[in-house]
Amino acid sequence: MKRLALALIAPLLIATAPLPPAPAEDRPLADPALEARAQAIHESLRCVVCQNESIAESGAVLAADLRQVVRERVAAGDSDEEVRAFMVARYGDFVLLKPPFEAQTWLLWLGPFLVVLAGAAAVAAYLRRRRQTPEVVPLSADEQTRLDALMAEEDER
Amino acid sequence: MRRLLFFAPVAVLVVLAGLLWLGLRRDPATLPSTLIDQPLPAFELTAVRPGDTEGLSTDDFGGRPMLLNVFASWCVGCRVEHPFLMELSRQGVIIQGLDWKDPPGAGAAWLAEHGDPYTLVGDDPDGRTGIDLGVSGAPETFIVDANGRVRHRHVGPITPEIWEAELRPILQRLEAEG
Repeated sequence: MKRLALALIAPLLIATAPLPPAPAEDRPLADPALEARAQAIHESLRCVVCQNESIAESGAVLAADLRQVVRERVAAGDSDEEVRAFMVARYGDFVLLKPPFEAQTWLLWLGPFLVVLAGAAAVAAYLRRRRQTPEVVPLSADEQTRLDALMAEEDER
Repeated sequence: MRRLLFFAPVAVLVVLAGLLWLGLRRDPATLPSTLIDQPLPAFELTAVRPGDTEGLSTDDFGGRPMLLNVFASWCVGCRVEHPFLMELSRQGVIIQGLDWKDPPGAGAAWLAEHGDPYTLVGDDPDGRTGIDLGVSGAPETFIVDANGRVRHRHVGPITPEIWEAELRPILQRLEAEG
């Protein structure tokens, strides 16, 4: 019931709410080398609002702010790693589109290779077993006499 | 042994399906906060309300557990939770407000119109303090303990249900800790 009420008034709330701020305009750095570095960092950072875009691609307001923060840090002399560390300190490893290799993520990185290895091992084992001709075990004396008896029976008929 | 191996793919499938099912129940919009059990980042914000001499700074936290609520006049979710924040403040819960990326005067007008549940309110017009807090949008609410450490972060509006189930138990535990 409460949900229904909320669903009914939501359009009204949205209609009467002031507009969210427009994304800040990008102010590229004057130095083209620094700007290129800043843009490369933008490409490597995930937008935490839309989550599947980098902040370079995202139209979100927060992404525009973060692009500007990256430019400021680059201009202030931070290395690429220092800028990324600044973002990770605030938003966690999740902001890195390429997650670091660490205790929590080794399975993520190595998992696909482990699966391929396991599959290859299974296929190899299967092929080897198929190729092996079954060993011929000579009949024991007992079995030989039984076989002879059976064959003799057959001949009599 | 052979027979067991035959069922291995089925077992793998069941485990995988279980993990994926668990993954489906998690909300990908809720990211873990890097601030949990960390002190609040340093900030000193100017006042939002006319007549206030001070805004909000890191030093205003501590002494007892309190909430830090990130809001904005343009934020729809904030409208949804606002009446409940008013109710909480009537119950004696201390709520500090951070007015996130609002144009000048908009935050003050919003509080004048809808009521003011906040003990102190600081202005963050360019959103930089929000970024320091790892805020991804408004509303967000942090629970800060008596030592000024962040103990919990809630993304999205606080509803009475969420308050009872998630936030109030944490606040009560922190109050018992003293």
